[in-house]
Amino acid sequence: MRYAWTEEQTLLRGALERLFAERFSFPDRSKQPNQYVAQAAWRELAQLGVLGLPFEEQFGGSEGGALDTALVMEALGRGLVPAPYIPSIVIGGGFLRYAGPSALKAELIPRLIAGDLHLALAFTEAQSRFNPANVATSAVRRGDRYILSGQKIVAYNAPIAGFLFVTARTGGAHTDLDGVSLFLVSVDAAGLEVRSYETADEYSAADIRLNGVEVAVGHLIGEEGKAIDLIERVLDEAIVAACAEAVGAMAALNARCVEHVRTRVAFGQTLSKFQALRHRIVDMHVAYEQAGALTLKAALSLSAAPAHRARIVSACKAQVCQEAAFVGKAAVQLHGAIGVTDELDVGRYFKRIMLFQHVFGGADYHLRRFLALSR
Amino acid sequence: MDIDTLELTAEETAFREKVRSFYAEHLTPPLRRAAELTSWTFAEFEYGRQWQKILYKAGWGAPHWPVEYGGAGFTPRQRLIWELETARARPPEVMRMGRDYAAPCIMRFGTDEQKQFFLPKIIAGEDWWAQGYSEPGAGSDLASLKLSAVSDGDEYLLNGSKIWTTFAQHANRIFMLARTANMEKKQQGITFLLVDMNSPGIEVRPIINIAGEHEFNEIFFTDVRVPKSRRLGQEHEGWAVARYLLLFEHGAGIARSAAELKRRAGWVREIASLEQDGCGGALLDDPDFSRKLGLLEIGVEAADFAADQVIIAAAAGSAPGFEAELLNIRCRELDQSLTELAMEAIGYYAAPDQREARFVEPRTDAIGPPHVLTPTPIFFAQRGATIAGGTPDIHRNNLARHLLD
Repeated sequence: MRYAWTEEQTLLRGALERLFAERFSFPDRSKQPNQYVAQAAWRELAQLGVLGLPFEEQFGGSEGGALDTALVMEALGRGLVPAPYIPSIVIGGGFLRYAGPSALKAELIPRLIAGDLHLALAFTEAQSRFNPANVATSAVRRGDRYILSGQKIVAYNAPIAGFLFVTARTGGAHTDLDGVSLFLVSVDAAGLEVRSYETADEYSAADIRLNGVEVAVGHLIGEEGKAIDLIERVLDEAIVAACAEAVGAMAALNARCVEHVRTRVAFGQTLSKFQALRHRIVDMHVAYEQAGALTLKAALSLSAAPAHRARIVSACKAQVCQEAAFVGKAAVQLHGAIGVTDELDVGRYFKRIMLFQHVFGGADYHLRRFLALSR
Repeated sequence: MDIDTLELTAEETAFREKVRSFYAEHLTPPLRRAAELTSWTFAEFEYGRQWQKILYKAGWGAPHWPVEYGGAGFTPRQRLIWELETARARPPEVMRMGRDYAAPCIMRFGTDEQKQFFLPKIIAGEDWWAQGYSEPGAGSDLASLKLSAVSDGDEYLLNGSKIWTTFAQHANRIFMLARTANMEKKQQGITFLLVDMNSPGIEVRPIINIAGEHEFNEIFFTDVRVPKSRRLGQEHEGWAVARYLLLFEHGAGIARSAAELKRRAGWVREIASLEQDGCGGALLDDPDFSRKLGLLEIGVEAADFAADQVIIAAAAGSAPGFEAELLNIRCRELDQSLTELAMEAIGYYAAPDQREARFVEPRTDAIGPPHVLTPTPIFFAQRGATIAGGTPDIHRNNLARHLLD
């Protein structure tokens, strides 16, 4: 992504790019299980101090900003590294930073920074599609505990998380903004069933059933029934991080395609001589520039007032979804049959880009959110 | 075309009932499931194999073949009814390279011995053929193939490799193009060979496709000996056979892809009716989603009607021509858009990697409701639809030559 990065940021980008290219590039990488790659990458990120970027110094962090997160995610995306930075650091870390009780922060943040703890957000339900206020899971107060009952689907990173942030309704009707609460739930809690699986974009996720899970009042994150603003804020940060990851993947695909059409020969000449393909390569670069620009603009808007922030973030997601899908499909097509295999990284980038479409809301959802906030 | 809009005579109605009751009786739940789980071209092999044997027993192992080789002797109308009822019943897609591609070439170019030896085994579902065309350096530009066949007495000695050979792991035979000479034009000096997969020196390496399935293979040939009696057509003139075969490959494509498109559109609609919009309504009623689906459905209506005209013309004996190629581009693009919309419809449930649950006898329990099992692998696998059989870019170049030069 084009930006006047500081010297420190430039050094970090270079270090990450070298690390990922040396340690996790194809084809060697394709022979290792995704979870092994994720763990190895996590240790490296901890050692580089990258896991502590957004946190306060008193917990061992370096108080970086949204641009730092974006550059890390761009590098992860470019390197196709399945490190769960978004669920653990951006989302889990974000909830702790903005609304974590101090005792919990002091306990959990240093473990996060050291790479010893993972976090996950369980907020989507079978009927909720992309609406975070559509919560059927219930939380009922009983003495100094809440009792949580319901089901969550596709909670990214839940299989390796120590704690889950779970949304549950403490009041209001099914899709009301009011009445949504956020709880920190230990994965060891009685009554919690976790059905783990790998995802097509090489992460892990789980479907979760809460059968009367007891949560201490001290593990309520934020105010009871008023969590939606906090959730929207943290999800907006996660969206920008995911967009930066997609932009990194687009950059890698564009580079692969330039290399491929320059070297692959058909009908007596390299593919780069065919005008239709030359134009497509240019359009892919246009898409990348647009996506990168909007992602940085959105990153810089994250500290703005909520309505302004949300509008720019939704603009970003709506656009990056489309630009990334265009680049992904074109890259597979340009590579021919090898593009539709699991052997080349092109197909894997494509899968990541296509599943990114759904994460935290698709293009239609965010276009509507953008329009609603533009009135 | 919809069979219910055909005006049938009493005889045709009886024929249709016969076909319908055949499907009703023989398409067991596992065979139906095999068809539903198919993400790319063919159903899980074992079920396609079973189905071919059932067809053969009923006398319909290869209805479109000439009667002397076991064809059903359908009239063109019966053929149409058969195709429409088949699309409606949806049996598992059989690995068709032998029955639909190799067999017509053997009938046209083969010796009597070759016909007598190969054809009965194909129609009976005993022999399964792979297609050895593409090579690592020759894909859309097929004629630049390099696998060499050197004449050695009454044998050829083969060295080189073939790639993207779909289902070669299930094949006991392979028809292939090999270079027997370097001549002035690259289309010259190619020879068409019929080779046993168990020949010493053949090694098959699996290639897992983007949907996580063992679809493709790379086949290495090291000093493989093939008797010259296994040559189809003249030495150095295999390109003529290959071109003849491509007529069948592409002609079959139109009928199938139009029928498949209609089914696919209905499938997306059904999925959307099972999904919710997140605000308390059905996804199918979401204006943004339904608009996208509606535009694709209109495209499907047009393509389906146009394909019927191509099929009817082909039944009268003409080869699919220029219009079929135009239509083919649009059909493939429509299908890809529909599969993308299906994946969009299932939202977060597009994510789980469910390759182990997608066997007729699943190796693990599926995640989520039944309708979320297949959209993601079908979307990913169908990206190959604009790669196999020539990219749209290649076809556009052909068509542009036809229109402009």
